[in-house]
Amino acid sequence: MKTKVAIIGAGISGASIARVLSKYENLEVHLIEKAPDVGWGVSKANTALIHGGYDDDPDKYPTRAKLCIRGNRLWHRWVKELQIAHVWNGALIVATQEEDFDTLEKLLERGRRNGVPEMRIVDRDELFHLEPGLTRDAIGALWVPIVGQIAPIPAVIALVENAVANGVKTHLETEVRGIKVENGEVKGVETNNGFIEADIVINAAGLYADEIARMAGIDYFEIHPRRGEYWIFDDDVPGPRRVLFPTPTPVSKGIVVTTEISGHLMIGPNAQDLPPEEKDNLATTKEGLEQVWEGAKKLWPNLPPRSKVIRTFAGLRPEPTGGDFIIKAEEEVWGFINVAGIRSPGLTSAPAIAYEVRDIIQRDLGINLVEKEKWNPYRKEITHFFMLPPEKANELIKKNPAYGKIVCRCNNVSEGDILEAIERMKFIGVKTPSVDSVKFRTKATTGTCQGSFCRPRIVQLLAREYGVEPWKITLKGRGSEIGIGDVKALLRGDEA
Amino acid sequence: MEPMPQIPMLSYDVVVIGGGPAGMAAAAKAKELGLNVLLLDENDYLGGILPQCIHPGFGIHYFKEELTGPEFASRLAKHLVELGVEYKTSARVLEIKNYSDLEKVVIFTSPTGVYQVWAKAVIYAAGARERHAFEIGIVGDRVSGIYTAGEAQTLMDIYGVLPGKEVVIVGSGDVGLIMARRFALEGAKVKAVIELMPYPGGLARNVMILRDFNIPLYLSHKVVEVRGKGRVQGVKVVKVDENLNEIPGSEFWIEADTLVISAGLVPSVKKLRKIGVEIDPATGGPVVNDRLETSVPGIFVAGNALLINDLVDYVAEQGELAAESAREFIEKGGIESRKWVKVEKGQNVRLIAPHYLSGDRDVYLYLRVSRPMEDVEIRIPEVGKRLRLPVVKPAEMRRLKLKAEEIQKAGEKLTVEVVKA
Ligand SMILES: Cc1cc2nc3c(=O)[nH]c(=O)nc-3n(C[C@H](O)[C@H](O)[C@H](O)COP(=O)(O)OP(=O)(O)OC[C@H]3O[C@@H](n4cnc5c(N)ncnc54)[C@H](O)[C@@H]3O)c2cc1C
Ligand SMILES: Cc1cc2nc3c(=O)[nH]c(=O)nc-3n(C[C@H](O)[C@H](O)[C@H](O)COP(=O)(O)OP(=O)(O)OC[C@H]3O[C@@H](n4cnc5c(N)ncnc54)[C@H](O)[C@@H]3O)c2cc1C
Repeated sequence: MKTKVAIIGAGISGASIARVLSKYENLEVHLIEKAPDVGWGVSKANTALIHGGYDDDPDKYPTRAKLCIRGNRLWHRWVKELQIAHVWNGALIVATQEEDFDTLEKLLERGRRNGVPEMRIVDRDELFHLEPGLTRDAIGALWVPIVGQIAPIPAVIALVENAVANGVKTHLETEVRGIKVENGEVKGVETNNGFIEADIVINAAGLYADEIARMAGIDYFEIHPRRGEYWIFDDDVPGPRRVLFPTPTPVSKGIVVTTEISGHLMIGPNAQDLPPEEKDNLATTKEGLEQVWEGAKKLWPNLPPRSKVIRTFAGLRPEPTGGDFIIKAEEEVWGFINVAGIRSPGLTSAPAIAYEVRDIIQRDLGINLVEKEKWNPYRKEITHFFMLPPEKANELIKKNPAYGKIVCRCNNVSEGDILEAIERMKFIGVKTPSVDSVKFRTKATTGTCQGSFCRPRIVQLLAREYGVEPWKITLKGRGSEIGIGDVKALLRGDEA
Repeated sequence: MEPMPQIPMLSYDVVVIGGGPAGMAAAAKAKELGLNVLLLDENDYLGGILPQCIHPGFGIHYFKEELTGPEFASRLAKHLVELGVEYKTSARVLEIKNYSDLEKVVIFTSPTGVYQVWAKAVIYAAGARERHAFEIGIVGDRVSGIYTAGEAQTLMDIYGVLPGKEVVIVGSGDVGLIMARRFALEGAKVKAVIELMPYPGGLARNVMILRDFNIPLYLSHKVVEVRGKGRVQGVKVVKVDENLNEIPGSEFWIEADTLVISAGLVPSVKKLRKIGVEIDPATGGPVVNDRLETSVPGIFVAGNALLINDLVDYVAEQGELAAESAREFIEKGGIESRKWVKVEKGQNVRLIAPHYLSGDRDVYLYLRVSRPMEDVEIRIPEVGKRLRLPVVKPAEMRRLKLKAEEIQKAGEKLTVEVVKA
């Protein structure tokens, strides 16, 4: 008999766990997510760095310190197996004052303890060789070549596609509202879509992991949101080659300047603590954005004019009591595993978190895991027209003319790409069609014009493929419909 | 850069990029002038933005008749077909390459494949894009219900979708005002038009719309924030002083489910920039001579890609001029070298094009002022030209004809200024 596992939350943590657990013959894995698609929680809005593992103090935050570097090492393999867009470009933690070198020495020492390879302090000459556009005030830096960047939501999508291909069942738009515990053992989860039976419940609910834990009667920690805001600029604005950090202060890692994976200059985040009840407050603010601007200018004086901004956004870090990741099987409820407080560097640590959870299942819950004879570690990336050389494009167009037709003109996303995205949405069980689901798979609407040309056409394609009226297509799930009815709806008095 | 053997190659005298009114007029003229021309547009239909502009107000000069956008477009398209101009729709130009002054390569994709076109000249008529909410500094929740005017127009008039029922419009230019009427006509409540400047941005006849439909206009105000869950629920508006700085304490909220951004257009010139075409920061389009030739020989530009036009008639006129210039370029193997008269911006001139004049032909100068003014003269002191006007507004593009003889009177440069009469 198979052990039934319910993973709550399809963020980078839940998705990584699903992939790793899909390897085992004797597990039946269910991935439960309240959002219409995967990766729309904390994993959606962050700096997207695969950190170097030098930052977390192993005395104060042993779990973070251990899993970050391990995660970094694992991502090197995972990005290839799963074809996730990535770049390994390294980071510079920049000193602008003599005192900063004391801090950099401390980071170097901490990195050594955490097992981070290849770090070194560079002088001014070498620094400008590595990063010519940096502020002239820079006098040296800590060089961490193992830092990289990935596309975070595409990473979650890749993990879930792979997990589903290996037999994991997804339950989207399914919100966990209760956890059934009998005689100190979990029995399953109550959801808006009925009861899902489970012998093991893994709580990877991001910002809401404290609420889920309370449903199981565990209340020793709380999670509060810490907001960070960002600016992204048009792709013709030159950005740095490396990830640039200022020397950290005791309160903050500082505002990063980087060229994100699609080639856009990105600056952010700041850090603002919000009350626990504001776990969905993803609003950007004038003050926060200005703070980021000022911070970034110190490292990268050539910030572009404001007319080159194509997007601003905010993310929320799930900050747990105590500050360290909480990854453990809870003793008073057999079968309940917390993966909580996964704040930064949670994206980096996710693969390591997943193996940690597997080990907990074997070691602490005593389940002897049996590997599948055939497990597929690979997943093929969606076609991106903009990445195809012309002769490859022509082969594809011959088979399907939709690949020759551009829908998103800023990023050259073809109708074929979009149809493929829709197929993949359906494959992992996306029920409510949304422009954002297409956006995160294809990059359509993320360019200079922010979708004003292509959004209506994407809506039309979604409407056709999902067989619904175009005005019922959503931007990001129910409640964000693109229209209220056909153009005569109000005049007829029958608003949809 | 060499021909790419692996993808099909076509060859023309001139390739026109963009099938809006500028491109259609250019392609038709080029054909009439005996050139072998190919017109490319990425949409499924010709016409550019015109098919979505179902209101009247097009073609008064060009066709001597007031038409709607689709009517104007279909007349041009019909003419094109009668002339036998070759065109492809659903054909997106991916890249322009400047192989040499006499040879350009245009790479495009279409449902039949990716092609390279070798041409002697290129007429670039790719139009403009709209400024969006992030670009104008609106913060808050990222929710549905925020559209650019063009997107809302496309949804309503091409796809038959009504975006929402309680609408706030940012920008009182013609496009914003026309969209205010469009929403009102479909039964939506337009709760406000918010304008940053102390005066309305649109033509007087369009400002009348606000009175006709009882729509409040807030001058010297801006939308700074959006709130909502899933969908827009309200927008925060703040008053600004004469330096456009926000006045603390003047904030108020307007409840609405829809925010339409009509904050101006920006010429689409990224592909030109990539091949080193010089851009004028004031127009946002290329620096051109009186042949509408850019700083890259053999690349001509017309329509909203050159500068933002209010009137389609001028756009078509620019397309025709670009075609004539392309013929001259091809016939003579380049535009003759000469001492060009530079056009300079004087008092109260925000932008002007063309930038260089030869003096061997009559030209139209297109200009916009920085601020409104009554009883003015447009003056060019170097040539003693004066044109008296009762009023000028930034929203109205002015067109000024200069005769070759007049230009010849100028020395190195010629300054255009707008001053009190
Ligand atoms: C501003 C910022 C910058 C960051 N930068 C970095 C960085 O550069 N590098 C790095 O490594 N990390 C970074 N992080 C941290 C990283 O983003 C997170 O650690 C990681 O995304 C957490 O993933 P998760 O899967 O644990 O949570 P989430 O992605 O939030 O996933 C949890 C999921 O659970 C779902 N859920 C919640 N409640 C329920 C319920 N009741 N029923 C069903 N589903 C539920 C949610 O919808 C969500 O999708 C950053 C974070 C922020 C906010
Ligand atoms: C809402 C609105 C109302 C208006 N009202 C009036 C009015 O009442 N009266 C009036 O006279 N004028 C009006 N105008 C102005 C007038 O319509 C425009 O100035 C004119 O349409 C601009 O024409 P264009 O050919 O330069 O550009 P567009 O019409 O924008 O055409 C450009 C074309 O090029 C295509 N293209 C771009 N890049 C590529 C590429 N790489 N490959 C292939 N194709 C490409 C585009 O898709 C588009 O089809 C209005 C404009 C708007 C937006």
